[in-house]
Amino acid sequence: MPVELHAEKQVCITGIGQSEVGRPSKKTALNLTIDACLEAIADARLKPADIDGITTWPGESQDTSGFSPVGSTEAMFALGLQPKWIGSCNSGHAHMSAIFEAIFAIASGMCRHVLVFRTVAQASAVSSARETSLMGGRGGADARVRGFMSWTVPFDAVSPINIFGLYAQAYFDKYGATSEQLGAVAVNGRKMAGLNPKAVFRKPLSIEAYMASRVISTPLRLYDCDIPVDGSTALLFSHRDAARDMARAPIEIEAMGMSIGGIGHGLHLGDFTRMESDKAGEMLWSRTDLKPADVDLAQIYDGFSILTLLWLESMKLCGRGEAAAFVEGGSRIGLDGVLPLNTSGGQLSMGRLHGYGHTYEACLQLFGRAGERQVRDAKVCAVANGGFGHGALLLKRG
Amino acid sequence: MPEQEQAGGPEKRKRQLPALEVQSAFFWTSGSTGALQIARCTACEHYVHPPLPRCLKCQSVTAPHAVSGLGKVKTFTVNIQQWAPGMEVPFVFAAVELAEQRELYVLTNIVDCEVAAVYSDMDVEVKFEQQEDVYLPMFRPREVANAG
Repeated sequence: MPVELHAEKQVCITGIGQSEVGRPSKKTALNLTIDACLEAIADARLKPADIDGITTWPGESQDTSGFSPVGSTEAMFALGLQPKWIGSCNSGHAHMSAIFEAIFAIASGMCRHVLVFRTVAQASAVSSARETSLMGGRGGADARVRGFMSWTVPFDAVSPINIFGLYAQAYFDKYGATSEQLGAVAVNGRKMAGLNPKAVFRKPLSIEAYMASRVISTPLRLYDCDIPVDGSTALLFSHRDAARDMARAPIEIEAMGMSIGGIGHGLHLGDFTRMESDKAGEMLWSRTDLKPADVDLAQIYDGFSILTLLWLESMKLCGRGEAAAFVEGGSRIGLDGVLPLNTSGGQLSMGRLHGYGHTYEACLQLFGRAGERQVRDAKVCAVANGGFGHGALLLKRG
Repeated sequence: MPEQEQAGGPEKRKRQLPALEVQSAFFWTSGSTGALQIARCTACEHYVHPPLPRCLKCQSVTAPHAVSGLGKVKTFTVNIQQWAPGMEVPFVFAAVELAEQRELYVLTNIVDCEVAAVYSDMDVEVKFEQQEDVYLPMFRPREVANAG
């Protein structure tokens, strides 16, 4: 199929919005959602009545964890929308599933403007109950675990860091990577966060302070973990024909890639030094004439720092086993480096907006509105999300 | 022969146990037979873990099959953080590659040795830890078994 007929080539990003980011926020999750969504709609110079589709990931979670407190239906009513189509998806390619859904809804001709949002209220949840970030829930020792949690929780591996510790150790063993190299991801994120007023952690972090920080699950340390926050991000996707009439050039979706691995289900393949995200990267590069060398900057998932290294390789922005040496010292991934990385501060320092912070930052950069942290001549940005399910976008300034 | 932890040993902290669900109950109770059991294809003999009803290679029906209980540590992490009151730390959480098949992994704890003694590629064998009706398959260094 010619590249120009791909679904994502029919779709643009025409507006972006983001609520305040709090640790915690005094606003309710629904109000954070409304703030983000109205900002995205206004950013595209549209009105709520123009929106004919809305979706989110993963849909409203029926618990008090703050993982996904607002679903599509609630947001639709709260915003006064009358969409033709609403969606949500708690299975599939994780964070970006909703973005892919929006692309398909528009490319199929069903919708012209689809609002995609993701709201988290995990900072509020953590302050009210310590266990909310952990697997196994709050049932205590008498409550048995089911499904995918069966493969980790009985062995006291109650945090996802234990799973990604397995990957980090295998990666270190195979490629001789070091903590100082991995630490550059966290140090870089903090440096970027210093230029982002919304970031929750902005005090400088040195590699020495990183090395002195406590180990949580070897070889991963405190600063290798992202930060639960309260906040909402909204992205407005429009058909390119609708975008053509708009005052401002939209952001083009040059290519997308998606895949899913068994990590979240206890099914591990390979030698723990790569994820199925490799397939998302391969799909992405098979759908464009651009090459990895054309990428000006990258927003790469950093729920844990090791994920950034694995994703850099999946996205072919580094060779296999070379990501640790690439980020070492931070100069290559700084604002003046060959590949400015996670320019918002990422989830490690800005906060866990759960993938959507990365796509939002990519758009902000490509619109040229990133303020002090603006990357000069940013034209092409790679975005990658996920540790269990995988999604990738190649975004281009219109 | 992998041995089972003797009843009447020192009181262990209660772990959060897996529910005995239809598809995987055999795995959690296989320690009662003295041998670890893993789902295996009844046609092509390919193993799959965690258990699934059909073979990932040929889609034939799977059935529990006793394995040697031997394997190697593929990768591991030493968990330092105490996530819940009473949780004994540090402990080793590991992926053990079973001897029967390449990339056939069981997630587990490595027990009966210092955490600092664990390394990737270490030879280990299963050692069941019974709690209520569940026999958690832990793994321990094989040298310990030979010496003991």
